[in-house]
Amino acid sequence: MVDRNFIGKVIPAHSANVEASRLRHFAQATGETRPEYIDDAAARAAGHHALPAPPTYALCLDLDLPDPFKWITDMGVDILQVLHGSERFRYFAPVYAGDRLTFSSRIADILQKKSSKKAFVVKETEVTNQHGVKVAELRATIVVREF
Amino acid sequence: MPLTYDSVSVGDMLPDLELPVVKRSALALYAKASGDHNPIHIDVEFARKAGMPDVIAHGMLLMAWIGRLLTGWAPQRDLREFGVRFTAITHVGERITCTGRVSEKEERDGERLVKVEVKTMNDAGEIKVVGDAWIAVP
Repeated sequence: MVDRNFIGKVIPAHSANVEASRLRHFAQATGETRPEYIDDAAARAAGHHALPAPPTYALCLDLDLPDPFKWITDMGVDILQVLHGSERFRYFAPVYAGDRLTFSSRIADILQKKSSKKAFVVKETEVTNQHGVKVAELRATIVVREF
Repeated sequence: MPLTYDSVSVGDMLPDLELPVVKRSALALYAKASGDHNPIHIDVEFARKAGMPDVIAHGMLLMAWIGRLLTGWAPQRDLREFGVRFTAITHVGERITCTGRVSEKEERDGERLVKVEVKTMNDAGEIKVVGDAWIAVP
């Protein structure tokens, strides 16, 4: 059971830098070999002003915290119980190496299905860049399993 | 030939993206690169405590692969929305294929958009991730 009183809770905002070296590492880990995602000159030739962050990369920087799962454990949930249920991104502006992103999140909903030993926690995140421009919105659902 | 709204039809398939067999080392690499250090992806003992036979793949690794499928078809700057549900766990030793199919076309706020339904499955056809993306196509 997850306490529904956590609905609406604001998770402290934090910021992280988009670094070219980490984008290359992410490309390697996801099997991305196209030059525009790895090489600065190729990225510029493709019309970008720096290496672009791939579509799911913003979530990685949202984990760039000493304890990225604190918002979960703060609800009395053990990480052992948790699986990722869904993830959705809406994109408003591109993200490039050199940007600094700020993540502002809140717990948008908590659903407990009757007769199901699962709860669903929805977290919404707004991502803005160093110019104050909203670049993306994220909506994540985590599944909390009761043992 | 560049993608155009008129050249895209509902029912068109994106070229499949076939991935190498999921290995523990690849999950460790993704954990480091993504910052998702949840031990269920890297620590066998922890994974067993969580009821899994072995470490399991990050759902976000599969979503990143689907991202490659999409940005291989249309430029990333035209991606407007991308969402998935993780419907089954992906285990070490499985081989994943990502597929996409154009399911809708519509003009919204003066922009021409196509919806692509995406999914990933293993060699046995078990679906792991389903989702959709909206992409602007001029």
